Parts: sequence; structure tokens; C-alpha cells
Amino acid sequence: MVEQRQLAVRCRNIAKHYGTGDARVQALNDVELDVYAGELMMLVGPSGCGKTTLISIIAGILDQNQGNCLIYGKDFLSMKSAEKLAYRAKNIGFVFQAYNLLPTLTIAENAAVPLIINGTPRKQAVEQAGEMLEKVGLGGRQKSLPAQLSGGQQQRVAIVRSLIHGPRLIVCDEPTSALDHETGHKVMELMKAIALDRNRALIIVTHDARIFEFADRIARMDDGHIARVVTSHADL
Amino acid sequence: MYLIALKMLMGDRSKYFGIVMGITFATLIMTQQPSIFVGLMSRTYSFITDSGLADIWVMDPRVQFVDDIKPMQDTELYRVRSVSGVEWAVPMYKGLLKARLANGNFQTCNVIGLDDASLVGGPANMLQGKLDDLRRADGIIVDQDGANGKLAKKPTAPGGKAIPLKVGDILELNDKRAVVVGIAKTSPTFQSQPVLYTTYSRAVNFAPSERKLLSFILVKAGAGENISRLTQRITERTGLAAYSRDEFEDVTMNYFMKNTGIPINFGVAVLLGFIVGAAIAGQTFFNFTLENIKQFGVLKAMGVSNGMLLRMILLQAAVVGGIGYGLGVGATAWFGAAMSGSVLAFRMTWQLLIFSGVGVMLICCIAALISIRTVFKLEPAVVFK
Repeated sequence: MVEQRQLAVRCRNIAKHYGTGDARVQALNDVELDVYAGELMMLVGPSGCGKTTLISIIAGILDQNQGNCLIYGKDFLSMKSAEKLAYRAKNIGFVFQAYNLLPTLTIAENAAVPLIINGTPRKQAVEQAGEMLEKVGLGGRQKSLPAQLSGGQQQRVAIVRSLIHGPRLIVCDEPTSALDHETGHKVMELMKAIALDRNRALIIVTHDARIFEFADRIARMDDGHIARVVTSHADL
Repeated sequence: MYLIALKMLMGDRSKYFGIVMGITFATLIMTQQPSIFVGLMSRTYSFITDSGLADIWVMDPRVQFVDDIKPMQDTELYRVRSVSGVEWAVPMYKGLLKARLANGNFQTCNVIGLDDASLVGGPANMLQGKLDDLRRADGIIVDQDGANGKLAKKPTAPGGKAIPLKVGDILELNDKRAVVVGIAKTSPTFQSQPVLYTTYSRAVNFAPSERKLLSFILVKAGAGENISRLTQRITERTGLAAYSRDEFEDVTMNYFMKNTGIPINFGVAVLLGFIVGAAIAGQTFFNFTLENIKQFGVLKAMGVSNGMLLRMILLQAAVVGGIGYGLGVGATAWFGAAMSGSVLAFRMTWQLLIFSGVGVMLICCIAALISIRTVFKLEPAVVFK
């Protein structure tokens, strides 16, 4: 019996522009994309092709001008502001190129932020974050500040932060581009090992061809739309 | 989230201290300058406060403040005594007379003549001698500041210390002999002249000959008598002005408030303190927010509402405001303590603490509002840029 895969992201006819008049820039045009739970999808393409705009819309932090984008069947556009915030806080995890850790918090506190946002008491959240940091090899550094860690270690903290509250979708923006090849590879292995499961989807925006091999599918974007979706980077 | 807000605030030490120092400075100016102002204003009526026993001060209706002497005829004293509800009424002389010092120099002094029998209105705190010593021949009591300062004798050796006036020393008031029989501690007065106490009969003897010499009539109300009604009755029966002690203090202070540039000068200093404090604290706080804008963006992206960010920023503003205010008030109190005993007028009242507290709160609100506006307008998508 074939198992029915759950649709995590369903984008149809998405269009987005910035500015008006002569300054108007069409960032996305007629974007169609499906991402399934348990899948690692990479968005690739040249700079300015609309990758970041698309994951911003998927993550619910930017509104499209046209089309609809369902995240596990829910449309951010139809939600009220508070509902949207709560849905995002519970269901979306973020990993950024520049890590974006809060520099004045310890790494355990940084990793605990999504739990605290979702209402977990601080002490419990930090304990939980500490346990997860141990799993990624940062057990002894829980009280360190981000600046005291290497880039790869900071990205591991960011990965823990993106996962700690059990989101169903993780969006990553260039997670390895600031790392050397070996560290980038390790970060991707870690991500695939601990972030990906049958109830969660990962969308990674990247330029970094060295990590294409980790993708289940790769969507190539060009000039604001999905040019093709392939299952192997050799087909790109 | 509130702890995160505090850690964000205090993590950047230089910015944190910059904001706190801005508010400390503003608080210092907004508390210290009004304290000097209040100190100065309270000196205008310190003589009334010091003359404690009387409930009511009666004077010529044209008198505008305590040093504005419009003498009355001595017979007015008997008219006041005849008003029902008056337990006792005593005369008081107040006037400026020139004292000739031992070295031949002259010094204008504030001479107070007290009722010969009761010595009502005399200084409460005698440092040398007794108030009763005024009954000795030619006796005067000198205030400590005058005795140590303007009335002090020249040093015996060049560059030496002035020799304070002491009991037994002799002055001349209007060519008449006056013997120091006591030194008293009194509140400093606005005009800073030495104060000499003597009896009423001796004071009018010292004073240049005039038809009218009675400056004030001090009245004690009978037991259970309503002061306000009694002042009204005195005015109706005698045609003189009668004020309770508090009223006369207000009349005196209001005169200085309305007729001198003191309030405006101090008001400008306070306003400048507020503006400079608001500018420093507001600008530093705004810069702090701008430098953390990406962090606020991350929090927004992760699902923190604008309402929570508002509360976080308000908490940050309240914390820097509270600490800056505490330091500023502490510095002002230290300044006041360090200056006590000097000529500087300084009086820090609880009303001033509320005043500067409200000022600091406004500064913090302005600083927070500027920052909040920026954070509210922030698109969470900035995190991917």
C-alpha cells in the first residue's frame, strides 16, 4: 500500500511586486510549488530571481499580491494578524545565513526563544534547549555567548532554535554560505539527521552547489518563477 | 520575553550607560535647579517661619511681602487687641539699620524689635546666651551667619581669619550703643543681611525718629478660635491686613514669583535640562533600537507580536528611566548635603521628586515612542536581507 504524502506547502499562481510606477519590480510571477512533509526542497537560482521573496511568503512574513499559498492547508492571507503570528510561532522554524542569534543571550537562551514565545516557562525552555544543544555537540557551551562560538557552532545553535518548538516547516536562507566546505557539509548532515522527519518539511534557499546532494528535490528559479523542479542536481 | 528585553538592553554596556547617564543628567538638572529655586524662595519667608508662636500677622494693607515695611501707628496694637477672639497681640519692629563695626565700617542689618514683655518672635535656637538676656542694658542677639560673616572683626594679622562677633562685643546702631548678649542660629534670609534681635522699645530707639514705627502686630488666637474668621474680623474692625502665618508666607513668596525674574531663570534651566536629557536619552535609546532592529525583526518573524515588542521596549525605557532617575536624585541629594552650611539655598521637597519623576517619565516615553514607531513599521522579512 502506497503511503499518501502530506502536502506541507502548496503555492499557486503567486505574484509579488515591490514599488509602484517606474520603480515597480516584479519579484515573483505565477509561481507554482508543492513541498511535501518529510521532504528537503532546495530553491536555487541566480541573485534577484525571487528565492528570498518566495520563502518570505511561504513563512508568512510577507504577503503576496496575487495567488494563494497554503501551509498545511492554512492560508496566511485569510488569517487575522494575531492568528497569523500564533501559527507562525508554532509551525515555522527559521535558519538564517547570518545566524541572527541575539548577541546578549547565552546560546541556551537563544535556542529557547521560540519555546518562550510559545508560552513555555523560561527555566523549562532553557533546560529543554540545553538538552538539544547536547545532541548537536554543544553541551558544554550552553552558557557561552554567540560571539564566543565559531560560525559552524553558531549555525548549529540556529538549527536547534529552529527545531526546538517542533515546527512543521523550516525555512533556511543560505544556511551554509558563510561556512567552509567541511563545516557546511556537517551542518547539512546535522540538519538532515535531526530536522527532517515525516511530519516536517525543509525549504532551503541556497547558492551553494556543494550541498545540492542533500536535497530531495531542487526547484530552480529564474526571473521570478519556477523554471524547473528536479530530483537530482545533475539534472539542473 | 521581558528578561530577553533586559538582556538586550544591558548587554550593550556602552549604549546602556549612555542612556542611563543621559537620564541621570536630566534628572540632576530637573531636581537640583528647582531645589535651589525652592531653597531660595523659602528664604523669602524664612523670617515668618522662624517667628513661630503667633497665629496671625497684622500689618498695613499696602504691605506686599515681609520685607516691605509700611509702618503703622502704635495705637493699632490696641485696636487689634480689642478684637474678640484675640488672646494676645504684641508689637514687632522690623527695619534696616546701619551698624557701625569696631573697625569703623558700616554694615546694614535687619533689626527685629520683639515685644519687651514676652519676647515673642525671638530666635528659638540660641547658640550663646539666652533670649532673656535681651533684657540686659543695650542687649542685642546676633544671628550666627552675621556674627561669623559680615559683622566679624578683621583678622589681627594680614591673611588671618576673621574673628567672629561674640557675646560682650559692642556695636553702634544709629550712634547708639548695642551690646551682643547672645548668638542665635536662624534660617538664612533672602537678602542675606545680618539679623539683630532686640526689644521693641530698644529697636524704636535705635531706629531714626519717625511718627510710625510699628511694623507688624503678632496675634495669638484664643483657644478653639477659627484663624480664618479671626483674620477676617481683624481686617473688618481695624482696616489692617491680617494673614495667617501660611497665608503671609504665600503672599511673600508670590510677590517674589511675580515681581522677580527668578522663576523664569530657573524655569529656563529646568527646561534646558529636560530638553538636553530628552535629546541625549531619546537619541541614544533610538540608536540602541536601530542597532538591534534585526534582532527585533527576528523576534517578529518568530511570532512575537507588536504588543509584546511594545511592552519589551517600554520595560527597557522604564528600567533605564528608573535607574537614571535614582542616580540623578542621589546625585542631587549628595550635592545638597555637600552644600549644606554654605550660602547656597537648597531645599529638595517630595513635590520636586514627583516633578522630576514626571519629567523623566516623559523623557522615557518620548524615547520609547520614537523607537516603538520604528519597530512597528519593521517588516519581519528584513531578517532575510
